[in-house]
Order: sequence, then C-alpha cells, then structure tokens
Amino acid sequence: MAESTAKAVMAPHDREEKKRLAEAEKTYGRGKGNSTKSVRDKKLRATLKAQESKHKQAILRAKDAEILLEHEAGFLEPEGELERTYKVRQDEIQESVGLETAKKGFELRLNDFGPYRADYTRNGRNLLLAGRKGHVATMDWRDGKLGCELQLNETVRDARWLHNNQYFAVAQKKYVYIYDHNGVELHCLKKHVEPLFLEFLPYHFLLASATVAELPTRLGRPTALTQNPHNAILHAGHQNGTVTLWSPNSQTALVKALVHRGPVRSLAIDRLGRYMVSTGQDQRMNVWDIRMFQEVHSYSCHQPGADVAISDRGLTAVGWGTQVSVWRGLFDAAVADQGKVKSPYMAWGGDGQRIENLRWCPYEDVLGVTHDQGFASLLVPGAGEPNFDSLEANPYENTKQRQEAEVQALLNKLQPDMISLDPNVIGKLDTINDKKMREEKDLDRRPDEHMEKIKNRGRGRNSACANTCVRRVVETLLTKKDSRRRLCAKSMRNVARTSFKTSARVLGRPWVGLRRIPPRTCVRFRLFSFGYHKGSRAQGHYQIPSFMRSIIEIQRSCILGVGTE
Amino acid sequence: MKIKALSRPTASQQAPGSSVVRQSRNLDPSQHPFERAREYTRALKAIKMERMFAAPFIGQMGDGHVDGVYTMAKDPNSLERFASGSGDGMVKVWDLTTREEIWHTQGHENMVKGLCFTPERKLLSCASDKTVKLWDPYHSSPEAAPLASYLGPSAFTGLTMHRDHPSFAASSSVISIYDLSRPSGAASQTLHWPTSVDTITSVAFNQTETSILGSTALDRSVIMYDLRTSSPVHKLVLKFASNAIAWNPMEAFNFAVANEDHNAYIFDMRKTDRALNVLKDHVAAVMDVEFSPTGEDLVTASYDRTVRLWNRARGHSRDVYHTQRMQRVFSAKFTPDSKYVLSGSDDGNVRLWRSNASDRSGVKSARQRAKLEYDQALIKRYSHMPEIRRIKRQRHLPRPIKKAGEIKNEELSAIKRREENVRKHTSKADLKPRKNEREKMILTREQ
Repeated sequence: MAESTAKAVMAPHDREEKKRLAEAEKTYGRGKGNSTKSVRDKKLRATLKAQESKHKQAILRAKDAEILLEHEAGFLEPEGELERTYKVRQDEIQESVGLETAKKGFELRLNDFGPYRADYTRNGRNLLLAGRKGHVATMDWRDGKLGCELQLNETVRDARWLHNNQYFAVAQKKYVYIYDHNGVELHCLKKHVEPLFLEFLPYHFLLASATVAELPTRLGRPTALTQNPHNAILHAGHQNGTVTLWSPNSQTALVKALVHRGPVRSLAIDRLGRYMVSTGQDQRMNVWDIRMFQEVHSYSCHQPGADVAISDRGLTAVGWGTQVSVWRGLFDAAVADQGKVKSPYMAWGGDGQRIENLRWCPYEDVLGVTHDQGFASLLVPGAGEPNFDSLEANPYENTKQRQEAEVQALLNKLQPDMISLDPNVIGKLDTINDKKMREEKDLDRRPDEHMEKIKNRGRGRNSACANTCVRRVVETLLTKKDSRRRLCAKSMRNVARTSFKTSARVLGRPWVGLRRIPPRTCVRFRLFSFGYHKGSRAQGHYQIPSFMRSIIEIQRSCILGVGTE
Repeated sequence: MKIKALSRPTASQQAPGSSVVRQSRNLDPSQHPFERAREYTRALKAIKMERMFAAPFIGQMGDGHVDGVYTMAKDPNSLERFASGSGDGMVKVWDLTTREEIWHTQGHENMVKGLCFTPERKLLSCASDKTVKLWDPYHSSPEAAPLASYLGPSAFTGLTMHRDHPSFAASSSVISIYDLSRPSGAASQTLHWPTSVDTITSVAFNQTETSILGSTALDRSVIMYDLRTSSPVHKLVLKFASNAIAWNPMEAFNFAVANEDHNAYIFDMRKTDRALNVLKDHVAAVMDVEFSPTGEDLVTASYDRTVRLWNRARGHSRDVYHTQRMQRVFSAKFTPDSKYVLSGSDDGNVRLWRSNASDRSGVKSARQRAKLEYDQALIKRYSHMPEIRRIKRQRHLPRPIKKAGEIKNEELSAIKRREENVRKHTSKADLKPRKNEREKMILTREQ
C-alpha cells in the first residue's frame, strides 16, 4: 500500500525528468527499449541495463546538443485573417528578405533546347541542367559560375549528379554516359539501353536507370522513377496506374500498388520514407503512407501533375500545367488525422511556361523549376533544413573536405545486397534460425513426429480456404463501424483465426513476417485497403464504397538479402 | 505578411581571417539515413583493419639461452626487469626496453626449475641439483658466489615468495618453507598431503590471502595449504596431472591450473566442485599459465609450440601466437603493465609479444585514440554478425597444429557419439544424468 502511494505521488523532479526524456525520444529515440526485468540471466540483464542507460543518456545528450544548432528555418506567416500565403509573389519575398538570400531567386531563359531537367548536388551547391535537345550545363548557381557546358546533339532524357559535384550521369538517346566536372566523357554504360529516368543512391554508390528495352517490370514503359531516401528502394510508376517497388536483390517487384486510375506521372517520397506523393494522368495528387500502404489523402490538380517533389522539411511542390503549387503539412495532417489541407502554401506560374521538372535545393529555401523555356529558382521560405551536418553533406565544403568526404563515403559504401524494405534489418538477431539451432543442439529433445506432419498435410492453406477467410473479413468489415485502422486490424485477426496463418502474419506487418513462408512456395495474396467517402467523414464515421480499389501484391521475394536462405 | 527565408552568413562557417572551417553537426536521425547499415560497414572495416595491423611478435631477448628456457620470473619492483633460467643451469636477467642481457650466472649444475625475485630485488633460483640459491643480480658480477644457498632433500621443482614475510616456499616431493633471514638453514616448515608421495610440480603463494599456498603434483592433485595451521587444507584430484598453478591477482580466491589434458581450468578456491571456466583450444599439454595483472586475461604456454591468450570469461582463446622457430613453450608471463607477453621455449629463446596483437605503443593523438575506441565499440556491438565474427576469429595456424586440432576434434566427437549411443541403449532407470563440461575433469575432492 505504502509503495503504491509512493509511486502515485511522483516527485516533481522525476516528473520533469520523464517529460524531458519523452520529449527527447520524439526526435532522437530509436524505437522502444528492451525491458530488462524479464531477463533471467544476471550477466545479460546487467549488460542490457547498462546499454539501456547509455542509450537514454545518448538521447538526452543529443537533445541537449540542440542548443548548438545555430540557424532557424524560414517561414511565411499571415498576419491578418484575410492574408493568404499562396498569394505572396516572388518579388514580394525577394523584397522582404536579405540581399544575399534574394539573389537566390532568379530565372534563366533557355528557349532553344528545352524542356529542361534539373538536379542539385547533395549539398545543394551545384546545379545540373539538361535540355531535351542535348544541351547540358553545370553551374555553381549561387555564384552564377558556369562549370561546363556540353552540346550532345542527341536526345537527353535525364541527368543526375553522382555523389559529389565532380561527376554526373546523363541519360542520352541510347545509353547512359558519365561525365566529369569538365564535361569529359568518362564512361558509357551500355547496359543501360534507352534510359528514361536516372536515380543515384548516394550511400550505395549505385546508379539506377529506368529503361524501355530491358523490361523486367512487364508493365510497359515506366512513367516515373524515384528513390526512397530512407531505404534506397526504387519506386517506379507505370502506364496502368501502378507503382512498383524494386531492389537490386530481386528480379520481381517487391510490392505493386495501384495508386492512380491512369498513368502515373511522377512520384516523390519524403526524407523519412514514410509518405509517397504521386501525381497521375487522372488529374489527382495522392498521398500514400508507405508503411501501411494506404492512401492517406487525395487532392485534385486541375491538370495532370507533371512533377512532384518533397523538401527536407516536408513541403510538397507540384507542377501542373503551367502552375507550381507548394503544399505544407500534407503529412502532419495525416499524423494527427485532423483532415485535409485546404489550400496550398505557395503558388507560382501561370505565365504560359509548361512545367517540366521540380527539384528542391537541399539546405536552402529554394525550389528549382524547369519548364519549356528555361529554369526558375524560386524562394520558398521554410522549405530547407536549416542546420546541416557537415559530415553528411556540407554546402560550404572546400576541396580538401570534399576529397576527405569522398574517401570516407567510399569506405563506408553500403553493399547492394543490404537494400531491403526495412533498412534496420542489419544487426537484428535472426531469432528464427537461432531457435532452430538451439533445438538441434539440445541432445535430449524429442524427435520430430514425422507421421503427424504427413497426416496433416493437405489441410488448410489451399485457395478455397483462403477465399472463405477473405470473404469473412469483408463481411466483418461491412458490419462494423469503427475507425479505419481498427477495421484493418480486426480483419487481420480474423484471418489469423483461420488456418491461413502465414499470410496473416504478413498482413499484420507487411514485410517483417514474410520470411516465415517456406521457400519455393510462391504465396500470393491480396491486401485490401479501403477508401471512404469524403462526405461521410465529417459525420464521424466511415463507409466503404469500393473495397477492390487498391490491390497490393506482395510476393515472398520482398524479403531480400539479409538473413534468408 | 511575416516573411523570413533561410540565410546563413558565410562567417558562421568560417570566421573572417581564419583558416579554420567550422564543423557543424546535427544529430537529427532523419539527416543520417541507413544508420545501422553504415555502422555495420564501419564495424566490418574496423575489424579488417584490426586484423591487418595484427603483428604480435616484437622480438627476442638478446641471444637467448644455449639450452631451453624452462622458467621465468618478473621483478615485482620493476617494469623492465625479468629473469629466465635454462636447462643448463644458466640464469639470466634481462632488460625489456633494450631487450639485452644485463646479468647472467652459471648458477646450477642442472636444469633450473624455478625462479623468483624477492622484495629486496634479490633473485632466488632452484634447480634439480637439490639447491636453492639467492643471487644479487643488480649489484654483483656474474662470477660472484650466491648470497645464500639452501639445501633440500630432493630435486626442487618450483619456487614462490611470500608476500609479507621474508620466507619462500620451494617444492620437491614436499613443500619446504625457508626463512630468508637465516642463510643456508634448513627448512623451517614442511607441508605435504599425508598420503601423497609424488613430486610436486609447481607451487604459488596467494598474494592477497598471503598464507594460502597452492600446488600441483604429478599424482594429478591440486592441493591448497594454509601456513597458519601449517597443514594442507583441501585436495582436488583431476583426471590428468596439472603442470602449473596461477592465482588471479584481482579475484584472490580464483586460480587457474594448466593441465596435461590440453586444457586450462579456472577454479574458485572456495567451491571446487566445478570449474569456473574451461579454456579449450590447445592441442597438446598446457605447460604454464598466468593471469594478467588486471585479472581479465590469461596467457598459457603449451607443448604444441604455441602461446595462447584468453579472456577470463571465454572458453576459447582470443589469440594464438606462434613462429616458425619456436619450439615447445614451457613458460609464459605477462609483463607487469600487461601490455606484453614473454614466452620461454625449448629452443632457448625468450620471445616478446604484444598482448594485443594489433596494438601499437607509440604516442597517439586524441583523435586517433577516439577512433580506436569507436572502432572497438563498433566491433563489440556487431560482433554477433557472422561476417565480423568470422574475420575476428580467423587465425593462421601452422599445419601440424591445425591438423592436430582436426584429429582431436574428430576423436572427441567420436567419444561423444559413442557415449550418446550408449545412452540411447540404456534403460531409463540406469541412465545417469549428463555431466557438465565443467565438472567432467574432476575426479575426487578431499578435505
């Protein structure tokens, strides 16, 4: 009794300490800690406890180190009720910011060789422009210094910087070529035939291209390509409205998701790898939660969105027709489920220039927009990450630092087979194999009862059973009125109750449990994700209009590389 | 409308007029993707570097001895002096920094079996010629006669100095305690187990509980004596004879014995019904064992021509040292700073090794030290990963030793298989419980 009262009345100091820790864990926590109480081994418990306390200390120290961050993010705030941020024009912004910053907004008239595509280096220092008709130029855009200029005299479809400002890759008519900063051709990659899009994975030093000729996608010509910066998985958009997820470790797509009712036009993924924004020919912009593989919101663009890009601080720029609109809080709203964002944060364009490509400049409040008549650098306050880590990407690096960083990056280069949907899979204990090994080591174990296995074979896990259980799921869903997530959870539980255990585990946590599927059984199943009416949301309950709206096929191949077979 | 765009003055990166560029850090995890994978890659690199820089052998002492080196002793008052005794009765004292001989004497007519420094920095040596002699290596010429000599009943095999009293114990078929203050006197005390008659092979005083004395004998026994009651206290009989005994300097109740069955065992003096740890890796008899001054590590010398280093808590060695010319190793010692290991072998050389193969002893900058510490932490964190474990464990072994290890493994697994087969065909009533690996070697215990 005395103990419980002592617990209930916590000292104010403790309470404060707890609050501080919770606050720090929001940003710096790496998931749930281990509970040490249930560990019986004394030594192990002591080690784990020490580790936990070290972890806690590290979190608190990281939080305390925030005081050293010296720059603050930009913002655009209405002062009166009638003011709207999307009405602010570029010249107004340029007038009210400092001279140095105002210089970052500029326009380049490049009428002859457009439309252009742009790319910034990882530290945002250099800009690469590639015109469709073969004009390629690099520049230090802040100083306005031209690096090199090439006239390739053939179609250029995309161009990308590699790990620093020394090399870039260009997707030309037939092959991908790599040039150095002087414009000297270094490599011709003849494996990449007729490339459409390029994507460079900086930590793996891998260059990916979407091509027409080599077609493992079997979905026609890809219409968009982007990388997930969180786990280095490539997302490709297709003509039939699906998005497929690719890793170099699998010949088939890891995941297929139907995200649009027409060809996908462009894709973008936020820095933490949680949300994907896509635009399609169906004149919509969809926000997807990639962890759940569910659509969060859908917005209308008045025309098919040509390109979409997400900044470090979560601003989403969409180019549609001749307009660019920048949205803020698309993902924040989804977190708290407050509802849709009503109006864009900023807008630009409408001058008859068809938007081709959008790129956020890293560590700057700058959006690079390419259109058919050239390039525009827009100031978008609040877009860039204010405090960079100079060991990661340094906008102010000198030559020595660049060289040093290159060596370090190459030493820490990640292997292609480390790419998986869960980037933290490395270092996790393979508990399944461990259990098996322990069982085999135990000399006094009971022998496996082979007869039982043989007897039970053939029951469950066949298609008839799967169908019934899915039907049951749907029935449950239609009768219950509950929040969407709960419904899903419930359906999964229902599935689990039937003998369809393997896939139920998969449904519960899309990629974690997949390795339990025995090898050589290509298990395919479908995960239904339910949309709901816009109107009914306001009344506080959800209806399910068409539950076959999106289908995700996850094959067992989506567990890769680490720890399997 | 309130408008603020991000602006970073260049001065915030580099103060005007200064050539020092500021490193700004942001610990936000979202700026550091692939944290685990990159850490793992770094750990892999660190372990590879560690193995690349592993060069354990430093050199040998002077020209060594003419005959094999069978015993060594450290000077407890000095980091750089130690003595070695060889089969031809020669005793030499060495300087570690120059690796040169500083004193030698033809002390005995026969094999020198034990050496020991006294707190007054005199050297005691015993040999098979039934004498113990006291020398003054730092103030006398090589030709000088011993300061004192003590005669015993039979050939001596080991020596150990009492921590506080000016007395030492020498082992032959019994343990004789001599008083240093009475030159050339007879033994003041003799200790032996009432029923044992075999030769005692080694003897060691406990340096913390100073009146406790441990010994190993050819009759496979490990016996504890207490000087206060001047009687043996406890006898532990193992399946094979032990060659050497060493006390843990930090946990004074723990001791290690080097056994003929290729293993070394760590026991708790207070509870000897099971070993604290079994150190298995040698493929021939272990001839000598010693704890490091920190009590964390052990070094063993073996008849299989290797020296192995162990962690106290691990069952397998953390490193194995060998050279092409090193013969049967009879003696191994840590230096008092635990940075180096000395080995004395049959080929007459005294060799100096690093106790951590990839360690370098030069002055390191703070950054270098931080890097090494970080690397160690990474290796520790990812040591369960198969690739890292493999690289960490991999050692090149001479072919005979590797072959012997393979044969030994095969034999052991055959024995195990046979036992399992017997168990399988034994009725449950007769089935004895399995014996723990740490209890298997214990034959009997007597109080």
